[in-house]
This record gives sequence, C-alpha cells and structure tokens, in this order.
Amino acid sequence: MDEFGLGTDLLQYTVSGLTIGAIYALVAIGYNIIYNVTEIINFAQGEFVMLGGLFAVFFMGTLHFPVFAAFFAAIVMVALAGFAMERFVVRRARHASVLSLIIITIAISIILKGTAMLGWGKDPYSLPAFTAGSPILIGGAALQIQALWVLGVSIAIVVSLTLFFHHSLYGKAMLACADNPSAARMVGIRVRQMVLLSFVLSAAIGAAAGVAITPISLMEYDRGALLGLKGFGAAALGGLGNFYGAFVAGLLLGLAESFCAGYLSSGYKDAVALILLLLVLFFKPEGLFGSAEAAKLKRF
Amino acid sequence: MEHPARQPGASILELNDIQMSFGGVHALKGINHAVPEGIIQAVIGPNGAGKTTLFHCISGLLNPTEGSILFRGAEINGLAPHRIAHLGISRTFQHVALFKSMTVLENVMLGRHSRTRSGFWATGLRFPGMRSEERNIHKKAEAFLDLVGLADASRLQAGTLPLGKQKILEIARALATEPRLVLLDEPAGGLNMTETEELGVLIQKICQTGITVVLVEHDMNLVMDISDQILVLHYGQYLASGTPQHIKDDPAVIEAYLGEN
Amino acid sequence: MRTTDRWIFTVVFLLIAVFPWLVGRISGISHYIEVMIFAGIFSLVCLGLSLLMGYAGQISLAQAAFFGIGAYTSGILTARFDWNPWLAMPVGAVLAAAVAWIVGVPALRLRGHYLAMATLGFGVIVHIVFSEEVEWTGGPSGMVDIPGLAIAGWRISSEVQWYYLIWGIVFLALLFSFHILHSRVGRALRAIHEEEIAAEAMGVPTARYKVQIFVFGAVLAAIAGSFYTHYVTFLSPSSFNLMWSIRFVLMVMVGGMQSLWGALLGTVLLTFVGNEWLQVFADFEVLVYGAILLVVALFLPQGLISVLRRGPGGARSSVSRLGGEG
Repeated sequence: MDEFGLGTDLLQYTVSGLTIGAIYALVAIGYNIIYNVTEIINFAQGEFVMLGGLFAVFFMGTLHFPVFAAFFAAIVMVALAGFAMERFVVRRARHASVLSLIIITIAISIILKGTAMLGWGKDPYSLPAFTAGSPILIGGAALQIQALWVLGVSIAIVVSLTLFFHHSLYGKAMLACADNPSAARMVGIRVRQMVLLSFVLSAAIGAAAGVAITPISLMEYDRGALLGLKGFGAAALGGLGNFYGAFVAGLLLGLAESFCAGYLSSGYKDAVALILLLLVLFFKPEGLFGSAEAAKLKRF
Repeated sequence: MEHPARQPGASILELNDIQMSFGGVHALKGINHAVPEGIIQAVIGPNGAGKTTLFHCISGLLNPTEGSILFRGAEINGLAPHRIAHLGISRTFQHVALFKSMTVLENVMLGRHSRTRSGFWATGLRFPGMRSEERNIHKKAEAFLDLVGLADASRLQAGTLPLGKQKILEIARALATEPRLVLLDEPAGGLNMTETEELGVLIQKICQTGITVVLVEHDMNLVMDISDQILVLHYGQYLASGTPQHIKDDPAVIEAYLGEN
Repeated sequence: MRTTDRWIFTVVFLLIAVFPWLVGRISGISHYIEVMIFAGIFSLVCLGLSLLMGYAGQISLAQAAFFGIGAYTSGILTARFDWNPWLAMPVGAVLAAAVAWIVGVPALRLRGHYLAMATLGFGVIVHIVFSEEVEWTGGPSGMVDIPGLAIAGWRISSEVQWYYLIWGIVFLALLFSFHILHSRVGRALRAIHEEEIAAEAMGVPTARYKVQIFVFGAVLAAIAGSFYTHYVTFLSPSSFNLMWSIRFVLMVMVGGMQSLWGALLGTVLLTFVGNEWLQVFADFEVLVYGAILLVVALFLPQGLISVLRRGPGGARSSVSRLGGEG
C-alpha cells in the first residue's frame, strides 16, 4: 500500500509541476521575444501574467462574458498595455543606458502592480475552469481539467510561434532584427515596428498564461514579481533567446518546484526556482541549451 | 631588485606559434616573432591582418587558442590583464578608451595604480602612508603629462579634448604604469601632419628612456621613419619581417598591399 | 576631500546639527525628528549603494536583504541569546560581508540585466528565509522583545539622542566614503564604470574592486539594519522585501547616483515622501514610487543634484560630476 501511495504522490507532483511549469515556460518565452529583438530584459513580464488573470476575472465576473470571450478580451487588454509600454516609454528611452533601461522596466512593473491593486484590491480572485468536469483520476492522482487547458494553451502558443517565426513575413522580419538590426533596417524592415510588435506579442502571451493559471492557483495584484523571476529562471536555464530551451526549462523548473514542495518543504518551494536561477547565472550563464560562444556574441 | 641584468639585445617579447580563433574564424594562424629589448617595433598589414587581435593577446584581453607568449623570459598568456600590466606591459587602444568624465590628470593618475598599494582601509581612514603615496601619484602623473606636453590641460575633462590630444593622453596614461614594453595601437589615427610628426618624436623619446615600443600603424611615413624593425601580417599570418628598408623592397609585402587596392 | 565638498560637508553638518532645535521651534512637526532618524538609517544603506551604482556602475537589487541580515542578526542575538547589542552588530556586519562575498564573486562577473536579475533573485531568497525560519525570526508575524541601545550603561531613550547617534554615524560613513572616492581606490572604481577593459589593462584588478565595493555596501546596509532593529525594537520580513530594495535604488537615483550628496538628498526626500506625505494615500504609495522612478529614469538620469548643480539645463549633461581635479 505504501508503495502505491508513493507512486501516487509522485504522479500528483509531476502533474502539478508540469502545469505550473508550462506557465513558467510561457513567461520565459515572453522574455525571449522581447530580448531577441531588443536585448532588453523586461522586468515587467510577470505583471503581464498577473494582469491577464485579473482582466479575465473582470470580464467574466463583472461583465459576465462567456469564458473564451473573457480569455481573449483579457489578452487584448494586456496586449494594449504592452503596446503602451513600448510606444510611450521604452521608445523614448532608446538611447538610455542599460542601467536606465533596467530601472524603466522595473518602474513599469511597479506601476502596473500599483494600478492593479487600486483596481482589484488586495484579495486573490478565482476563475471557473475553462470547461466544467471533475478531475480525471490516473493511478490515484487527480488531473484537473484546467491543467489540460494550461498545457494545451502553452503547446498551442509554442506551435503558433514556431509557425509565425518561420513561415510568416512578420515573423521572419522579427528574427532578422534580432540577428542584426542595422542590416534589417537596410533591407527595409521597420525595426521600430518590430520592437513594438515584440512587446505586444510578449504581453499577449503573458496574459494567456495568466488567464489559464488563474482557475488553478488564483490571482492577486502582487503575484507578478515572483512569476516574472521564475519565468526568467526558465529563460536563463533554457538559454536566453532560445524558445524550445525556454519551454523545456520551464517544465523542469515547475517539476523541481513541485517536488520540493511535496517532499522537502512547501515554504521553500518558491526559493527552489530562484536558487536554480542563481546557479545557472553564476555557473552556466549561457543556459543548459545555449552555446557559450553564442552567448559571448551577445552584448552582455 | 629593480630589473635583473639581462644581456643586451635579448628579446623582451617572444611570440611562439600564436593562434587565435573565434568560433570558426581564425584571426591569427600561428605567429612566431621575437622583439629585442629597447627598439621600436612596428606591426603593419592590411585591414583584417590580425594586428589588434595580437595586441589583445599580448595584453591579456584575449587568451590565445594556441601558443605561448614570453615576456622577459616568463610565460604570460593566461594571466589576467591587470597582472600583465603589473609585470610591465602597457598599451593604448585603437578606439580611444579614456575615462572620459575623469580629468586629464586623473586619467594619468589611474595609470599609477599598479605601482601603488593603498587599499580600501588605508584610503578610507586616510593612513599617513596613503597620503604621501597620493601626493606621489599626483607628482608623477604631472611629470608624465609634462613629458607628453599636456600639462596645461590637466584639469580638463578627458572627453572634452580633441582626438589628437586624447591619443597623446592615452600614451601618457600607459607610460604612467612604468612599463618595460608599451603597445601603441594606431596612435597616429586621426592625427594631422604636425601632430603625427610630434608623435614620432615622442615615441622616439619614449624608446630612449629604455622602454620597448611595439606599434601598430597605418601611416607608412611614420612607420618607416621611426621603426627599427617591422613585422608584416597578412590575414592572420606572418608575411615578412625586417628593417624598414628591407620591408620596403620585399616583393611579398608590395604584393599584399597592392593586392588590397 | 575637495574644497567644494568640504564646504557642502560643513553646511550639511550644521543643518543636520541644528535640525532638532529648528523642529522644536515649529509646532506640529516635532515628529520630523523621527522621520529624520529613519532617513539617517536609510542613508547608510544608500551611501553604499551610491558607491556601487553611481561610481562602480554595478546595480544591486539586494540591498534590503543585507539590511535584513544585519537587522535579524542583531534581533536574534540580542532578543533570543541576550547578547550585548554592540557585540551583535559587528557579527551582523561580518555575516553580511561573508554572504556578500560569496554571492558577489560569481554575480559581479555578470553585467547589466543579468546582474540585476541575479541580485533580485538573491534578495527574494533571503526574504523567503526571513519568512520561513519562524523559529528564529518569528516568521511573517514578526519578532518582538528586542532591546534598545545603551552606551556605557546609559540608555538611549529620547528621539533626539537617537537622532544624533544615527547622524553621527552617517557622517562618519560619509567621510570614509569621500576618502575612498578621492583616492586611488575611488579612481579605480570610476574607471571601471567608464571603461572597464581599459581599467583592467592599466592594472586595475576590476573583479576584486567590484566585489570589494559590493561587500562594503552590504556591511553599511547591515550596520544600518542593526540600528533599525534597536530603534524600532520590532522586526517583520516585510521591511526587507523586494520593494525595499527598489526603494533604496530609487532614493539613490532621485538624488543623483554619481554623487554621495545626491544619495543623501534622495534618501531624506523619499523618506519624507514615504513616512510622512504618503501616509494619507497609503494605497497609492507603490504607484507613486513607480511614477517617480519612471520620470527620473527617463528625464533626470543624473538626479536632482544635477539640477541644483547647474540649473535645469544641467540635468541633460551626461558628464556632470562632483568637482574637478583629484
């Protein structure tokens, strides 16, 4: 019986680890999109996730939108926030020092957090699952339907991003900006537009993650910073700028955190991802899947 | 134990099979060369010949992929740049790398860093030894500014000087480290004719004080005028070496330069 | 010190010295003394951060963590083990120095965004430890029964006494920092900020200096934390969270990163904003900080001190710096 229980626990932790890991993966991909085009690390990335969740709560709870309408409406709202962030702030700071850019995105993250607190207060909010239904039991472990949605949304996003970057004109243009902005400009790509697009896209992806996770783990105004940090951990672990690396690293991070919470200490589960982040930055800053040579070519 | 007696004409710098590659690109493909002590050695070659890369290797900013660099008989590759500076190699940069918002004098004072010692506590608590050391740094820095003719500008911000003077200031800063060997990376770049002539005189003056000068330069008049020995590189490879007269007549060198045009 | 700084030092010193007397003359603002005590404590943190950010050009989003290490070491040793506060304080400083060294050596090899993230992550980890080690720290509900301070058996009881004690220490730290800046070490730090490669090639062991100044900042923050503990005699993890680290960065930036006077000015100003003028709009606090941070980063990267120094136009000059020669 004991062995059966152990196996069940393991399965349960794996399921919840993969679910939260998928969210970290999406946050990490958000970082990568902006980083690839601008070499900026957007410290407000986590706030997009938080805003996504809270806007969905607003559209569903207050305006009584159907669930998918609320999902997309929330994404649009946060994408607008991303648009405003680039158009009215980051663009003005094009020639600012790295230090100023860091401060600017931190400032925006605080402003978003402060606004969310004024708008929604300090309480956590919940959302119903996208589709109703009781959890599926697999070998004694309960798999929530919403977890399937989270994984599904993440996979859908990764697949569509791959298609976008490799098969659409805009996607290819964005990659070109990432490789060499001045060359891209010379062949007629409007780099500024691509930068704007990168912020909008990455805000939208963050928002999607936020809406998808809220039914499982609730959402409140001050969740952004930690989500952002962990997502950055995944991005760094996967090699900054590397989409598939980010996805795999996000899942790994989620698993590590879930196992730590299950077997070691739930209080320190938040620290696991951060300790991994520090270890990666200190000893393998190019990430598990990045090459040291490519990392050296970046401006850091 | 200032400088142990060395036989005259012994080489101060020896490059043994220096190779440097970045990813798949080979910037230096096996350079062998010896620089005798006390001379002016020029390194020339068309763009992309690997001259600056060679300087980076010698000063420790890059670690050569293969080969060894001997400075006064001891291997220095793999050492941190500040260690190499301490051993007695200093340099200037192709694209001026002054501390622009510091004053001219402060730039040269920084050059004294490896020859002074007051640390964190000594400076924070202003130990008497630190104060006299600081006065000394000040005095020496002024002397070096005098030597290069920038004494009048000592209180200006380095970034406000015209380019020609910035280049000279970089030389003063390099000299302040009291090097045995100084690497000058295109010191005449951006200088007008009079300035270049003055620079030539200055470099010779430096050499007369016993400092070996290695010079990367495109201005052939200057190179031919002042060098004792010239090394020619071409696409990361050794092409020729010898006296200015010898190099001028070398068919391979003429070919390489004409080929570029 | 340079002559201009010596003048400013004298004037600021006198202002700080007569402040309690002035405040006593004007009714209704007697509690400004208390605000100034906090401002003095935070100034210690910000002096270290100014050296690190403004002079050596390295960012740290972990100052609240070092502040907390000093505070909790003092709190735990005095409240739980009955140590003398003056013995606990150096233990906190040494502990902070050790932690800063262990984190700083690998972290300061990173640059820009990566360094910011690493220090941010470290700060959050420390905050989690403060909240989780309930047995030691009291956890989120906090820690009480921390003794006050006494000098040679003579208890520091009044606000005015605290005021002069704290600001006395601030001036000592300020003097020490000025001495460092106007010396071989200070030149090396500024050189690292401007042209790290050239500094290294001229013989400056850049990695060692970056770590040294990081450790110094951590020690100042820890000492500030110890005084904070004994002044408020209550600790809770929320005084040492990420928002506080950002607040310290903001204090340094508002005044002007590249000037110790700027750091002091910014700290006093923002302490008044936070402890006094924003109390009425507590919910807007975060928003206001964000807005100030954004405006300063966009329009006033050299801080208020640059405006004071050369009039409004001076803010644009990217090279404005204290004084001239060395």
